[in-house]
Parts: sequence; structure tokens; C-alpha cells
Amino acid sequence: MSITHDLSSLVLTQGGEWIKFDVDSFVQQFWNNTIEGLSYGSIYALVALGYTLVYGVLKLINFAHSEVFVYGCYATWFVFYGLGFRPGATPSLGVGELVLYLGLALIAAMAVSGGTAVVLERVAYRPLRKRGAPKLVFLITAIGASFVLQQILFIWRGGNPEQSIRLLRNEEQFQIFGGSVTNITIITVVASILLMVGADMFVNRTKFGRGIRAVAQDPDTATLMGVNKERVITLTFLIGGLLAGAAALFYMMKIPQGAAYQGGFILGIKAFTAAVLGGIGNLRGALLGGLVLGVVENYGQSLFGGEWRDVVAFVLLVLILMVRPTGILGESLGKARV
Amino acid sequence: MLAAVGALSLGACAARNDSGSGNNASSQSQAAAPQAAADAADPAGDGKAQCAPTSIAYAGTINGANAALGQNILYGVQLAVDQHNKANPGCQVKLEKFDTEGTPDKAPGIVTQIVNTPSIIGVVGLPFSGESKAAGNIFNSAGLVTVTPSATNPSLSQNGWKTFFRGLGNDNTQGPAAAKFITGELKASKVCVIQDDSEYGTGLAAATIQALGDKATCQDKVKTKQTEFSAVVNKVKSENPDVVFYSGYYQEAAPFAQQLGDAGVKAKFVGPDGVKDDEFVKSAGDAAANAYFTCPCVPADQFTKFSEAYKASSGKDPGTYSPEGYDLTTILLKGIDAGKKDRAGLLDWVKNYDGQGLTKHFKWDDKGELAKTTIWTYKVENGKIVRNTEIK
Repeated sequence: MSITHDLSSLVLTQGGEWIKFDVDSFVQQFWNNTIEGLSYGSIYALVALGYTLVYGVLKLINFAHSEVFVYGCYATWFVFYGLGFRPGATPSLGVGELVLYLGLALIAAMAVSGGTAVVLERVAYRPLRKRGAPKLVFLITAIGASFVLQQILFIWRGGNPEQSIRLLRNEEQFQIFGGSVTNITIITVVASILLMVGADMFVNRTKFGRGIRAVAQDPDTATLMGVNKERVITLTFLIGGLLAGAAALFYMMKIPQGAAYQGGFILGIKAFTAAVLGGIGNLRGALLGGLVLGVVENYGQSLFGGEWRDVVAFVLLVLILMVRPTGILGESLGKARV
Repeated sequence: MLAAVGALSLGACAARNDSGSGNNASSQSQAAAPQAAADAADPAGDGKAQCAPTSIAYAGTINGANAALGQNILYGVQLAVDQHNKANPGCQVKLEKFDTEGTPDKAPGIVTQIVNTPSIIGVVGLPFSGESKAAGNIFNSAGLVTVTPSATNPSLSQNGWKTFFRGLGNDNTQGPAAAKFITGELKASKVCVIQDDSEYGTGLAAATIQALGDKATCQDKVKTKQTEFSAVVNKVKSENPDVVFYSGYYQEAAPFAQQLGDAGVKAKFVGPDGVKDDEFVKSAGDAAANAYFTCPCVPADQFTKFSEAYKASSGKDPGTYSPEGYDLTTILLKGIDAGKKDRAGLLDWVKNYDGQGLTKHFKWDDKGELAKTTIWTYKVENGKIVRNTEIK
């Protein structure tokens, strides 16, 4: 039984009810919410990396990135479907089979999302860059490209989400302080962190990464120093797309109903928020922002009720930007940091 | 006349002929589906109707969110118009289709477009309550009659709109009926009511919670298009209810039901008419086996002639509110056949209409509500939605 505390008489909601602080539920569900929040937050973080990388290099907010993610979701679904799985009951597979099938889906999703991102860059942004279009035009093009990618899916597959196919049931493996940790949570969190560490090392330790950082700092000078700017930009979109593809597989494992033509919109906004929260242009900031956002959303929902979920997330964003306008870790990709 | 309808549905109990769906003979408690009334209005009419070319419109979700709910209705409407036009060479009625995507922000623009198309003299729609609320006054100002086959929010008929007619029971009937079903047939003493943020979801949840009284032990709210429900699931799990009632649409209900099932929540899942669609069953996966539905829609199992024609034209079995869409379109078509050729004439026709349809008897009061309506429950068997019982 939970007791609802009516703490405040300050705010009246639309329906005339008082905002409720369900402290008991918050305390009871704290660890469950934390663990689920981290799991969802790592998906946000993977998608957020795509926003952050492109912003770092081009100072462009690539609003079509949410569609790059959705194409990965569809790729995952088609791999499952192509392997002979159908909507309905979850099959019981051996570990070997499961790893093989999920591996295939991961490769396909990453390839499709990465490919979409590169094609997007070629078709939508590169011609504008060649003509020296102002920044605002890029932004509008990004929104337009987002619609185009959505509508392609819509015309091809229709308005209904693809019917859920899943290979793995979400089952509790062990508990941490009474919060249950499921198999999908483990896969998502571990794989996401590995991918993010990989992306971070790639940008900070390799020759290609140095190129990315150079273009982010000063495109003209980087070009004079022999960096192929166009190739660096393509590479940046590719990495963002690959990570979004991986995120798409984890998302589809958690939410098999996810392959819908508009399904990336809210997740895209959240991932973008995560990127801004952590400091846009900052890789580690995207990771931190994603995890913080996922967890805080769940806390807010548990404390205030489901309708406050998004409000809590965005109020947090506003508060952090008031104190630190560049996000928690600040913008770093473009700053010299030798 | 009402007694005759009652007698018809009672009479149907004797004849147990499950011609509509073959695999449900195993269930014990299932009530027999009502027979099609012999005097149900037929869109074909006598085949001698004469009229100038005119149009009616379907407005509602065709490809937007929860599209399947709109498509079920649209195919019913299309079937009635096709049957009418085929039988009456002298009276061709064109069906115009408008996609509102089911959202309150898109509907007013689309509806403005409809009222500014002079050839359209009657509208079947809007299916959802939120969009109906947002756009109802536009229809009212234009004097364009709308018959809705599925918008159930009770307040819609309280706006003084002269053009609004509801072809089914509203949520002041469905809410208490759902409560009765949950506490009676499902024998639940602890119920979690989860609602979405739509006009429909919040209105129905309020009616249901009121009827459940202190058996509604937990409540929470989710948002349209939400896909991740871990916080709500955790809350429900700690409450350990007998039944979870989800007041909203299938698009959110499917992942929610699945995530509840994964978390080990054993409660039965009950959804209203907005959840009752094959899309829910296919998308919720294993969790759907545990699901029940309440719906002001009449099972089409015994409407053999209708079902066959529907399947031939759309390639699918009739869905939720397909027969209702067909019935309401038939009423508009009969008006056109009777010589109504403008909006005022057709509005007057619907207002004074008194006749039997496939699903029920249609005669509206001055608010646009029907006198007698029915609520049925449905359940999932072998991956298909089949009728369960009528709540009386």
C-alpha cells in the first residue's frame, strides 16, 4: 500500500487536482527505476553521440539523425523477419543461436544506419556546403531531410508500426538492492559502454580521430594542413550512423514495437536533449547526459506520476543550462585540448 | 421497436452457429453473437434511386497513429458506398477520404477543408474523441452532419452541436460496464487503472475509476507515443493487482502489456475499444494471451453477408467498428436516396431517422445520443480476438 503525500498547495494542475509527491513509490522503486533508467539512458547516449559528433564538426544540428536511427530499427526488424521469426510468442533460442542472430541484426542495423547517414550527408548537406549556404539553410534542410526519410518509410511500410518480433524475453537475472537487472539491460548497458569507449578512443587516439578534431577546431586551417575536410565529414556522419544503428538494435530488443515511421521523433528529441545536457560537441558529455536523462525521467515519473515524465526531463535541462550554459561537461570537441 | 431488438438478440442465443470465426467453439462462457436483423437497412436500397452526383466524406485516421482503428471504419464505409452505387445506377455517391491522422492538432485544418468542399453533404467520422472535440464546432457552424462510429467521450454531446450524432454508447456506459466486468466476471478486488493523455483515455478512466470505487487501488498516467513504461510497470508490480485496466489506444497498450508481462505481473490486462484490434494482439506478443477488451461494438460473427462482402472488398475480416461504420453510412445513403440533396436536408434526415441497422436500432435524442446501446467484452483466443460476453 502506498500513502500519497500532498505536500504542496502551491501548484494547481489543469484538472483541478494537486500535484502529488508519491514519496513512498519513489523510495520503493528507486533501484528499479535507476537500473531501467541507465538502460534506457545508454540508448539515448548512443544516439546522442551522433548529434554531438556532427555538431562538433559542422556546427549543424542534424535533425534527421532520429530517422537514421529509425532506419536501423527497420533493418533490425527485417533481419529478424528474414531469419524466419514472426510476430507472436517469443521463441526460446540457445545462447549460440541468439548471439549469431543478434550479431547479424547488429551488423545490418549499423550498416543501414551508417549508410543512411552517409547518403544523407551526400545528398542533403554536401551540395549546400559547396555553394556556401548560410547556417540556417542547413538547419531547415535537416528538418526537411527528416520528413523525407520519414515519408519514404511511410509510403513503403504504412502508418502502423511493424508488429513486434523479439528473440529474447526480458528476464530478471539478479538483483541490486532489490532492483531487478534483466538480461536485456545487461546487454544494452555493457554493449553501449563498450561502443562509446570505442568511439571515444577512435576520436582521441587515431589518425582519423585527429582529423575530426582538427576540422572541429578550425576547418580552414585543418584543410591547409592537409586534412581532407570532406572525407572527415563523411567519416563523422558514418560513425554517428553506426552508433545509432547499434542503439536501434538495443531499442528494438527492449521495445519490439519500435519500428514505426515516426518512431524516432521523441527518442531523437530526448537524445538531442541528452547531448545538450552533457555539453554538445562533447563525446563524454553525451554519455553522461544520456544516462542522467534516462534516470531522472524515471525518478520524475515515479515521484510525480507518468504525465510529468517529459516535464521533469526538460526542467532539468533548463536548470542545468542556467547554471552551466555549455552543458555539464562543456563543449570540448572544438576546443584545443592537447 | 426496442422490444423487437431485444427479442432478436435473445433469439440469437438459441442458434449457436459460429460461422464468423471458426476456432472459438472451445470456450464455455462465450455468449452467442447477435443475428443480423432481418429488417436491417441495406445500402443497396431498391435500386431505383435517382439523384444528382453528390459526395459524402470519411474523415479520420487513415495512416496516422492507431491507423488500424480508422481503416476498419473506412472499409465499412467504402463497402456501403460501393454496394449502394452498384445497385443504383441512377444515383452515384462519391466517397471522399480525409486523413486527420487522428490528432486534435491536425483535424481542425482537415475539417475546414471538408466544410469548404460544397459537394460534401454528410460526413462519417471523426473516430477519435480528441479530434472530435477539436473540430466539432467547425462542422456545427457549417451545418454539416457528422455521424461518428467510435468517438466515445461523453462530453462530446454536451457542446450544443446540432450536427453531432454518435452511433454507439459513450464512455459513461462503457466505464461502468468495464468496472462491472472487471469486478464481476474477472473477480478482481485490486485494479490498477492506467490512462493515456488523450481526451478518450482520460474521460473513460474517470468513468471507470468512479464505478470501481475503492477497488481502483492504483492509478498512473502515460503519454501518447510513449514506448518505455518501466516506471509505471514497477509501480503496478509493487501493487500486485488482479487486473490492469489500460484506458487508451493500442499503440501504447501493446508495448505496455508486453513490458508488464516481462516484469512478471500476472494481472489480467483489460483494454477498451481503443485497444481492441488485431494490431494489439500481434504487437503485444506473449502478453496478449492474457488480455480482455470492453467495447460498445457489436460482434460481427453472425453478420455473415456483411462479413463476406467486407472480406471480398478489403481482404480482411471486419474489425472493431466496421459494422458501425457501414450502418451509419447506410443511413446517410438512404437520406440521399430519399431525395435529400443538400447539407440541411441530410442533417434533418439523420435527426429524424428511426430505423434498424445491422448493429442496433438507430434513433437519436436531441443531443445526438442513442437511446439503447450495448457493451460487449472480448478476449484473445489462439491469437485472435473473439467475443466473450455482453455486459448487461
